[in-house]
Amino acid sequence: MPARTLMTADDLRRAIVRIAHEIVEQTRGADDLVLVGLRTRGAPLAARLAALIGEFEGVPVPHGALDISFYRDDLGRRGLGQRVQPTVLPVEVEGRSVVLVDDVLYTGRTVRAALDALIDFGRPRRILLAVIVDRGHRELPIRADFVGKNIPTRRDEEVVVLVREIDGRDEVLVRAREENER
Amino acid sequence: MTTTEESAAQAEAPARQRALSGWKGRHILDLDTFSRAEIEHVLETADAMREVLQRDVPRVPALRGVTVATLFYEPSTRTRASFELAGKALGADVLNLSASGSSVEKGESLIDTVRTLQAMGVQVIVMRHPRSGAPYLAAAHCQAAVVNGGDGWHAHPSQALLDLYTIRRRYGTLAGLRVAIVGDIAHSRVARSNIWGLTTMGAEVVLCGPPTLLPSGIGPRISTAREEVAFPHVTIEHDLERALRGADVVMALRLQKERMQSGLLPGLREYARRYQITAERLALAQPDALVMHPGPMNEGVEIAPEVAHGGQSRIEEQVTNGVAVRMALLFLVARGG
Repeated sequence: MPARTLMTADDLRRAIVRIAHEIVEQTRGADDLVLVGLRTRGAPLAARLAALIGEFEGVPVPHGALDISFYRDDLGRRGLGQRVQPTVLPVEVEGRSVVLVDDVLYTGRTVRAALDALIDFGRPRRILLAVIVDRGHRELPIRADFVGKNIPTRRDEEVVVLVREIDGRDEVLVRAREENER
Repeated sequence: MTTTEESAAQAEAPARQRALSGWKGRHILDLDTFSRAEIEHVLETADAMREVLQRDVPRVPALRGVTVATLFYEPSTRTRASFELAGKALGADVLNLSASGSSVEKGESLIDTVRTLQAMGVQVIVMRHPRSGAPYLAAAHCQAAVVNGGDGWHAHPSQALLDLYTIRRRYGTLAGLRVAIVGDIAHSRVARSNIWGLTTMGAEVVLCGPPTLLPSGIGPRISTAREEVAFPHVTIEHDLERALRGADVVMALRLQKERMQSGLLPGLREYARRYQITAERLALAQPDALVMHPGPMNEGVEIAPEVAHGGQSRIEEQVTNGVAVRMALLFLVARGG
C-alpha cells in the first residue's frame, strides 16, 4: 500500500494552533504550565505549542523533552530500537501543570512509560496529554485531553507524523507497516 | 554541503544505523573490535546516563530483573564500585564476587565459575583478572555477556571509553586532537585500550616514557593477537617536553613500584625528575589542555600534586563519568538492539 496523506502541513499547523488554544482554556493561563514532548517527535511539537501559548498569553512557556526508553515495558522482550537521548526538563515539574505531548496515541504504553518517567522528577499538580493523532487500539486505560485528529486505523497500518525540525517537512501519513516492524 | 561531505554523510548513515544493533549479549573485551559509530553510540548513550545520575534520585528501572555479577580476581576499588553503582542506578541486581573468600580459593576454574554464574541466571559478568586474555576464555564458554574490567597488561575498555567520553565532553569531538600518554606504557592496559579507542575516533596519540617502559611492538606498528596492524596515528617520543608540546590532552599513567624491583627503572626520584607532569611542563601543552589520570595516583611521582588538583585536571570528572559510561555498557549489552 502506498503512503496516504492524512494531514497536510496546513492541517497540522491548524491542529497545533487549536490545541494550543484548548490547553490555555483548560489550564486558565500559562503561569504554572510546562510542555514536555516525548522523544523523538513529541519534542519539537511541544516546543511549537509552548511558543504559541507564549504568544497568546504574553509569558514565556517552558518546554522540555522526555526520553522514555528506560521505562518501556517491552525493554526486556524487544530491546532498544533507537538511540537513548538525555531527558531535558528546564524547570522543576513539582506542583506544575504538565502537558505531555506526543505525535501518535496508539496502545497507550508509551504514555504509561512517560507518566512513570515524569513522576520520577517530582509530583506535578496535574498531567494532561496532547497528541496530534489518536489512532485507537488502546491496550491501557489512557486517553488524550487534546487531540489533533481522530483517525480510525487497522493494526497492520502505521501512522507517521513528519515534522520539519527532524524530517524537513510537516505531514501526517498512513501506510502499511513494514514487515520487520511488526 | 560539498559533494564529498554528502557522500561521506551518506556512507556514515548506514554505519550509524548498524551501530544500533548487535549489542544484546555482546562481550565487551577490548576496543579493537569497535567501529567509530559503535564508540559514538556508547558515548551518546552515556550522555543519557549522565542525566540520570544528576537527578535527585539517580535511578531508573531499565535493568529491573537483570542480574550483573562483578567477578574480580585482582583488587580494585574504583572500577568495581563504579560498575556496582552503574548497575544499581539502572535497577539491576548486582552480585559482587572476589577470588578470595569464594570457591576460586578451592581451585574452581574460571570456566566453572562463569558457567555457575550463568546457571544462576546472571546475564552480565564484569570480570577483572591478572592474566591477559582471561575474559576471552570466559566469553568463549558462556552465554552471559562478559565485560572486561581489566585483564593483565592487555585491555581496560571501560576505562578507555570513560577517557574518550571525558575528552569529548570538553572538545565536542576526538578527531584531530593530540593526546599525550605519559608513563609506563608497556605494562598499561589503560594505554592499550586508549590507543585503540583514540585512533579509531581520529585522534593522534603520542606515547612517552623511559625506553624500558615502552612496549617493543609499538612504533608505526603494534603487535596484536590477530595480526600486525599499522598504527599511523601513534608516535613514540622519548623526550617529554617534545611529547607535551601542543597536546590537547595529557594523560599520566600510574607508575607501579614493582618496576623498580625488576630493574626497569633506577629509582622513583629519577623517574619523577624526567617524566613527572609538572606545572612547568604542562605549560608546553595547549593553554587549556586537559590533565587526566586513570588512578590511583602516586602524587609527586608521575604527576605533581598542584597539577593533579589544578584547574586543568579532569581526574575527578573521569571518576564521575566512569559511572555513566559503565551504565551505558551494561544497558547496551543487557537491553541493546
